[in-house]
Amino acid sequence: MLIFEHSRAGRRAQAQAPRQEAGLDAIPEKLHRQSKPRLPEVSELQAVRHYTRLSQKNFSIDTQFYPLGSCTMKYNPRACNALAMLPGLLGRHPLAPESHSQGFLSAMHELQEILREVTGMAAVSLAPMAGAQGEFAGVAMIRAYHDARGDSDRTEILVPDAAHGTNPATAVMCGYKAREIPTLANGDVDLEALQVALGPQTAGIMLTNPSTLGVFERHIATIAEMVHKAGGLLYYDGANLNAILGRVRPGDMGFDVIHMNLHKTFSTPHGGGGPGAGPVGVSERLAPYLPVPMVGFDGRDYGWLTEKERPETIGRLSAFAGNAGVLLRAYVYAKMLGSEGMRRVADYSTLNANYMMKRLTDAGFAAAYPQRRATHEFIITLKKEARVLGVNAMDFAKRMLDFGMHAPTTYFPLLVPECFLIEPTETEAKEALDAFVEAMIRIREEAQTEPEKVKGAPWTLPVRRLDDVRAARKLDLKWEPTE
Amino acid sequence: MPFIPHTEDELRQMLDAIGAASIDDLFDEIPAELRCGELEGIGPGLSEMEVNRLMQEKARQDGQPLCFIGAGAYDHHIPAAVWQITTRGEFYTAYTPYQAEASQGTLQLLYEYQTMMSELMAMEVSNASLYDGASALAEAVLMAVRANRKSKSKRILVPRTLHPAYRATVRTLVKNQGIELVELPYDATTGQTDLEALEKHRGEDFAALVAVQPNFFGILEAVDEMTDWAHANGMLAIGVVNPLAMAILTPPGEWGEKGVDIGCGDCQPLGAPLSSGGPYFGFMCCTQKLVRQMPGRIIGRTLDLEGREGFALTLQAREQHIRRSKATSNICTNQGLMVTAATIHMALLGAEGLARVAAACHANLRRLVEKLTGLGEIEPAFSGPVFHETVLRLPMEVPRVLRTLAAHNILGGYHLGEEYPELNDCLLVCATETRTEGDMDKYAQKLEGVLATRRQGACATMVKFDPE
Repeated sequence: MLIFEHSRAGRRAQAQAPRQEAGLDAIPEKLHRQSKPRLPEVSELQAVRHYTRLSQKNFSIDTQFYPLGSCTMKYNPRACNALAMLPGLLGRHPLAPESHSQGFLSAMHELQEILREVTGMAAVSLAPMAGAQGEFAGVAMIRAYHDARGDSDRTEILVPDAAHGTNPATAVMCGYKAREIPTLANGDVDLEALQVALGPQTAGIMLTNPSTLGVFERHIATIAEMVHKAGGLLYYDGANLNAILGRVRPGDMGFDVIHMNLHKTFSTPHGGGGPGAGPVGVSERLAPYLPVPMVGFDGRDYGWLTEKERPETIGRLSAFAGNAGVLLRAYVYAKMLGSEGMRRVADYSTLNANYMMKRLTDAGFAAAYPQRRATHEFIITLKKEARVLGVNAMDFAKRMLDFGMHAPTTYFPLLVPECFLIEPTETEAKEALDAFVEAMIRIREEAQTEPEKVKGAPWTLPVRRLDDVRAARKLDLKWEPTE
Repeated sequence: MPFIPHTEDELRQMLDAIGAASIDDLFDEIPAELRCGELEGIGPGLSEMEVNRLMQEKARQDGQPLCFIGAGAYDHHIPAAVWQITTRGEFYTAYTPYQAEASQGTLQLLYEYQTMMSELMAMEVSNASLYDGASALAEAVLMAVRANRKSKSKRILVPRTLHPAYRATVRTLVKNQGIELVELPYDATTGQTDLEALEKHRGEDFAALVAVQPNFFGILEAVDEMTDWAHANGMLAIGVVNPLAMAILTPPGEWGEKGVDIGCGDCQPLGAPLSSGGPYFGFMCCTQKLVRQMPGRIIGRTLDLEGREGFALTLQAREQHIRRSKATSNICTNQGLMVTAATIHMALLGAEGLARVAAACHANLRRLVEKLTGLGEIEPAFSGPVFHETVLRLPMEVPRVLRTLAAHNILGGYHLGEEYPELNDCLLVCATETRTEGDMDKYAQKLEGVLATRRQGACATMVKFDPE
């Protein structure tokens, strides 16, 4: 039932609006709204009950194992939320003067420093509001760098075929053409193809390392050398930073610019699809172009650095200073981890993934890269199950929901057929990993004995499988009353 | 180990199962010369109690001042239920609803949000959110350039009365695609976009015209005329609005003869705390005709195998994870949790509640202006009608006034001189429904003190704000 269907004319949550009705006589009549928007008219209890019930129709980290590959669905410590919502921080106006900002700015400055250290870059800006905006900022900086050197004929950004869709989309937003380069059967970038693709038209390359295939790119130093030799720069997509935190740093691998997804690696909540935060880090030569505002420290006071102090910046990415509340949560998380805790993130997320991969392959499932170590995630290909049993990755995913676990990422990366990209994260206990493996085995058994049970799944959720084709053909994007 | 559940025994069992001697072995594919040592710049981890103390201290330092700054972020009352429900783990720790059957809560809420936003804007369709108002406008500009088939232009007309940070953000986000913003001046008397200056562009090729309601000065613009002018000249009309104001003002879908083609803005006033500027979220609405050009997630209602209604992400062929380099935008993660808050906020207030809040803001601003202009020597800079924010001209240096007020823990407004040199003696002030008569009296009283010091020819003593 929709909230609109609980609505009765004249009902409202009275305590929530000013008691007095004020006049609008200073506003010209012709600007007054004539039609009343059809918003719900419900009591406070009705709204509370409705949205509480809706929440119960979600899978979430707090209620289920959520091994969604490439998304790092780990525990979001409650302290991060509680402390970011302290009244003094929550009520701070973005344009408050520096006299009333030292607490907030000191936290942001320290976060910049922490992220700089953990990525091995020369400088960090916290401005981007999500990973994709961080990517935009990164590629825009690459462009600004080439332009400032009068090297403007570079028109292409190289992107491996396993990359996130945001990479090529970002290249285009920055006015570049995206050129795909292939991956070898062992999961590494095809260096010969890379050599062919590189040239005076190359502005840079966007890489995720470990890649979305769940393996570490072993020739990263060679790739860096090849790209730099061609005059291009290296962009690090931080989607998988969780795998290497405190173990190896993108700056040391030769990357010139990186973005981090704080809603992944630094455990800020995913919120049903955001808000995230996508800070960017750069090497010395790209530092002048970092997006503003940044936070500076003169030895006594913290202050904003804007276009005035940083005239070569690529500019602003939001009206204020990005997703400050998300940054505060990441700051609290980083402070609780400390340097040892960061390394443990990489250690135990990698342990969990390798353990699960081993158990699944022992049970007869096919790893996409069986000769390779898993990083913090790995891929199982259900090609054989699809061929022999007629039950594909989507069927396995939907049936997994019936077992009370969120499905892994399915059908991504696109180059592995019938794939499950599985990322358990470091915060899951061994018994959750074991339960997932057992469920996979059970589902395969079901596929042999009663395949309809798998193909028709899910059975226990609020709805059965939904008709996506109908959703796109008969567009129904908002409720209309039925009189 | 914080947040890591493994016991020593389990670690051993798991390593044995893998066939590795230690965790270090699991990293043996990483070339040794690349591996890093101890991260020296990062200290040891803190306990929850210690980090609690640290954050309490930082929060206290910022003083919780009495705030009369608006300028794109507004202090409104948020019902207690909004964030209590929004931070339920089931909303807070879910992700983008890729597995629709396991995400019906988020999906239905987003569908309800799309309905509410379409209603509030009187527009045909809404997406499920963008990052913030400024970046939403950038997406609207990109969308207009793609969608306007009558125009070959990559130029956009943008009023100078648009928030300066919005103009800066749009420039950052569109310049690499060769899109140019052409600025329209404002009328120095009314504070509204100068329609005569607009008229000079008749016959020129532009992809779109941006109209803002209310504008950065808090002034209400002639949006009907601007929308009709855009359409008469082959341009798309983009409306940028404060969604709260739309509870009492003509919504963008009804501007002029046909309404705007794309509406956008920042939904901070609908349930998002000030929080140093974010997270907020941007909304975007458009006409049905343009829906396939829209960026961001869109939710549709459909049926399941048994014919029951359910909700799913739809029109995904526009998006980066399907269309890659041909996507309408690179946006992936948006601001879902903020939309959750806004939806509950709108459900609790309803049309009547929002209209009362908006009217109370307007009334408070008028009261504040009366009190401040009553001090003498201070006057409104513009004659145009206002919503809940306006520009006052001061008889003395604005930054100095603001510093003195800040020392008394009052944030007196936003100094316009930084972005508008011609308004160097002007202050943008705002009063929302949360400011009381007493708050405004306190502001007036302190400001009177500052003015009196000046009249006596004395230097106002420079007190610095001290949270102690």
